[in-house]
Amino acid sequence: MTEKFFGKAVKRVEDPRFITGAGNYTDDIVLHNMTYAAMVRSPYAHAKINSIDASAALALPGVLAVLTGKDLVAAGINPIPPGWLLPDLKISAHHAIQPDKVTHVGNIVAAVIAETRAIAEDAAALVDVDYEMLPAVALGSTALAEGAPQVHELAPGNVAFKWEIGDSAAVDAEFAHAFKTVEVKLRNQRLVPNAIEPRSSLADYKRAGDEYTLYTTSQNPHIHRVMLGAFIMGIPEHKLRIVSPDVGGGFGSKIFQYPEEVIVLFASKKLNRPVKWTATRSESFVSDAQGRDHETVAEMCVDADHKVLALRVKTIANLGAYLTTFAPAVPTYLYGTLMNGTYKWKAIHCHVTGTYTNTVGVDAYRGAGRPEATYVLERIMSRMALELGVDPLEFRRKNFIQPDEFPYQTPVALQYDSGNYEPAMDKAMAMLDYAGLRAKQAEGRKNGKYIGIGVSTYLEACGLAPSALVGSLGAQAGQWESALVRVSATGKVEVLTGSHSHGQGHETAFAQVVADELQIPMEDVSIVHGDTARLPHGWGTYGSRSAPVGLSAIKMASDKINDKAKKIAAHLLEASVDDIVHEDGKYQVKGVPEKSKSFFDIALMAHLAHNYPADLEPGLEATHFYDPKNFVYPFGTHLAVVEVDANTGHIQLIRYVCVDDCGPIINPLIVEGQVHGGVAQGMGQALLENTVYDDNGQLTSGSYLEYTMPRADNMVQLEIGHTVTPSPHNPLGVKGIGEAGTISSTAAIANAVIDALEPFGVKHLDMPYTPEKVWRAISASLPQAADD
Amino acid sequence: MYTSEFTYHKASSVSDALAQLASNPDAKLLAGGHSLIPTMKLRLASPSALIDVSSLPELRGIRTEGDTIIIGAMTTHRELEFSKVPLLSEVARLIGDPMVRNKGTIGGALAHADPSADYPAAILALNAKIKIQSSSGARVVTADEFFQGMFTTALAPGEMLVEIHVPASVKGAAYEKFAHPASRYAVAGVAVVVHSDGSLRAAVTGAGDHAMRLTKLESEGVSSACKGLVSASDLMGDHFASAEYRAHLVDVMASKALARAK
Repeated sequence: MTEKFFGKAVKRVEDPRFITGAGNYTDDIVLHNMTYAAMVRSPYAHAKINSIDASAALALPGVLAVLTGKDLVAAGINPIPPGWLLPDLKISAHHAIQPDKVTHVGNIVAAVIAETRAIAEDAAALVDVDYEMLPAVALGSTALAEGAPQVHELAPGNVAFKWEIGDSAAVDAEFAHAFKTVEVKLRNQRLVPNAIEPRSSLADYKRAGDEYTLYTTSQNPHIHRVMLGAFIMGIPEHKLRIVSPDVGGGFGSKIFQYPEEVIVLFASKKLNRPVKWTATRSESFVSDAQGRDHETVAEMCVDADHKVLALRVKTIANLGAYLTTFAPAVPTYLYGTLMNGTYKWKAIHCHVTGTYTNTVGVDAYRGAGRPEATYVLERIMSRMALELGVDPLEFRRKNFIQPDEFPYQTPVALQYDSGNYEPAMDKAMAMLDYAGLRAKQAEGRKNGKYIGIGVSTYLEACGLAPSALVGSLGAQAGQWESALVRVSATGKVEVLTGSHSHGQGHETAFAQVVADELQIPMEDVSIVHGDTARLPHGWGTYGSRSAPVGLSAIKMASDKINDKAKKIAAHLLEASVDDIVHEDGKYQVKGVPEKSKSFFDIALMAHLAHNYPADLEPGLEATHFYDPKNFVYPFGTHLAVVEVDANTGHIQLIRYVCVDDCGPIINPLIVEGQVHGGVAQGMGQALLENTVYDDNGQLTSGSYLEYTMPRADNMVQLEIGHTVTPSPHNPLGVKGIGEAGTISSTAAIANAVIDALEPFGVKHLDMPYTPEKVWRAISASLPQAADD
Repeated sequence: MYTSEFTYHKASSVSDALAQLASNPDAKLLAGGHSLIPTMKLRLASPSALIDVSSLPELRGIRTEGDTIIIGAMTTHRELEFSKVPLLSEVARLIGDPMVRNKGTIGGALAHADPSADYPAAILALNAKIKIQSSSGARVVTADEFFQGMFTTALAPGEMLVEIHVPASVKGAAYEKFAHPASRYAVAGVAVVVHSDGSLRAAVTGAGDHAMRLTKLESEGVSSACKGLVSASDLMGDHFASAEYRAHLVDVMASKALARAK
């Protein structure tokens, strides 16, 4: 038998180059005659640009150009459009360089190109912009208030869209006869993405062929090619090559089309020289699209048997100053459709108002809408359990969709293809010793030790997405994926995929699957991604789509290779193709193992075509475009345990058990890594990360001195388990795991914190659970000391 | 994150550094650089010249003279962490991370006088003395005289901090810090020292605009209940911790430090 790689904890093949500094990131690329860009960014959240005086900057030796918004408009450069449309969407013009007005701190008003980065920075400081300050607004609900400052004239009342899903009347009817109802008001705070590699773009225009190459930190180079080429700059797609080499983390923030990419392309042609820009971390804080930022009122009701009846959700989604690429989709179709979770609701209604504010744009951030939905749903489920005086896990168990009820049509559009929720919960409870820990918790409370146990029995929809479906919902892109499997004459295999790896380990996991399919060693397979000139086409990596969609395309292209190989083998072995089997790394005549051809034999003959079937094309490569039939629906149970220091309000995560069902696992090491990172990120939101804009729209938490990223000592050793429920509709049965940790952990930890604070009468606090907030909640419940 | 242009001079001796400093009032002394360089990268400071004193042998090392330990200004946090200097070894361990501790120096940190830095509380509680030198001579000031305000010390233009003098032995000492989760600077860091004569000195860093003595705790002594040690109106507040919460943290940290020091 040849070695099987599917399911093996193979060490990541990309790691040696990353940990020895041999990665090739955009900023590592140095081109002959290269120049450097520095951006002049608005220090104000809302202001009119009266004039720009660049004379002092231009006078500095080494400065090559200062570009303004008017230069780009005059050259016919269009604003950056959103990639998803909703009915009656008010689209603000997002210029790469703002010509007239700025609407958030960090908005670009000019770009300096110089011989060195240092000169460019010096010159940027010399560009004199005359601003006329306007009143600003930073919070979604404030933006909707009467008399709030107007961010864009075309969006009266700052409303970008109003959107709803579900049956409002049916919800009202359920509430009318409900046994019990609860309401929660939640703020899902804004997050800054903070990929470890800041964004970077390097444009190289070649006058000879009127061709552009853009090296850029992207999760989806083909999307950039379409947006830049067709919509923004009018460059024919075949004259524009986008390369996203090694990329150091994205979490969604590198999906989007950013202004700097337009600016360096434009400048490169203007100067006929390569132009590079790399963000400083300070720039990342005010220019990378941010995440979350919802204000929500949710209500639910149950009947006398504690069966859930209806859920009503009203959300204000703060979109920031501009609609970035997927901004309209995240708080709508990736949010409202997830409100059903793992439960059997009779009715659901979700209404979302998207608002403009004078803040950085908000878009997909790891989980993208699904963490926001999970937070609402899992918080209100635990709150209802608290009000009913029942165990939050047993309350959920009672309301789960049962395994024999799939496919299950939810009241919010999605049809779940598969699921089996109780085994995951049982496993998690056993791993934690749930009952034992509840007893310890009760005992500890008597001695001033306050621990809390929180649960989230999450479900997510990923593997984006059936193209016709998302097209009908407003997507301006397809969501299929393509693969090209190319076998060389020596039997070495190059797999070109439209998926993009920026930390996911595709070079390993994908190679494992291809090695199995072709029954060849893993080291004979190399995975190529991130270059529009080399790949057929693709839509990139986000929404946990690479395994279910990108890898399905690879698997099906590999099938085509095997089909063709069998035809060649049949010819060489003088057998019928129906009698050829692919076993032990060979194509052999069934039952006659000595009559066989190796993969090498077949590859060589396909290229030589000396002794070859007359009706078969030479060569051995196959392309497959795979469009999924449905989303995939990973689920699981996460249990978080926290301890609160009642003296200071400090919360420490002390245990974390997660049982995820992502279908069959290709590489347990990579899955575990994704869960670790995801849970850490979700914990960051629950306990640490706080994006604070003041009333003037200034980001006051815009550095690592203030913005708390998770660190090792905030985490615990995760206790990880799995159940396996394959997806019925893709060839490998795989689902996604890249976002599950983030989607579930925030809610589980939030529920744990509120559970820990239950003795103090606390029923809700908004995240992040920073020490002062917790201390104040505890203090408010204590009788005031006589001498205070 | 690119500094303005500046010249760099590696000093050959303390007198060379002082001569350079005297000739260019705009110059800054460079020690470990972990506060100054980030400030320059953000262009909050743009000195025209840096005078690097970080590796001058005469400014490094820890020695004992009688009942006093003398610490050279360019002694790194890491060296102090592994030293036997009362309290300062414990404090140094809580600064930054190993990389910061390997580069950062006690003299640099004290001269910078960040209101949230860890050393100042300990220096005040230890009743340390600071030796300051200029081209015209040397002087010694007490810790109480040295810290004057946010980023403000007794150092005058042309002067350089060269030594820190601390008692070689104390009866008990402890430092308790509630760290900001992002910066890991002190939100409230309380140092308590019971000196060999039985006197108690205590100070807090991080909570106010500069490190300050906790006089209420000192007058109540080792039996202090550590309640209401500072008034919120004397403290700073921001979106992470209000002045009122900081005042509460001072009590909590003081109580823990006192319990260990006495």
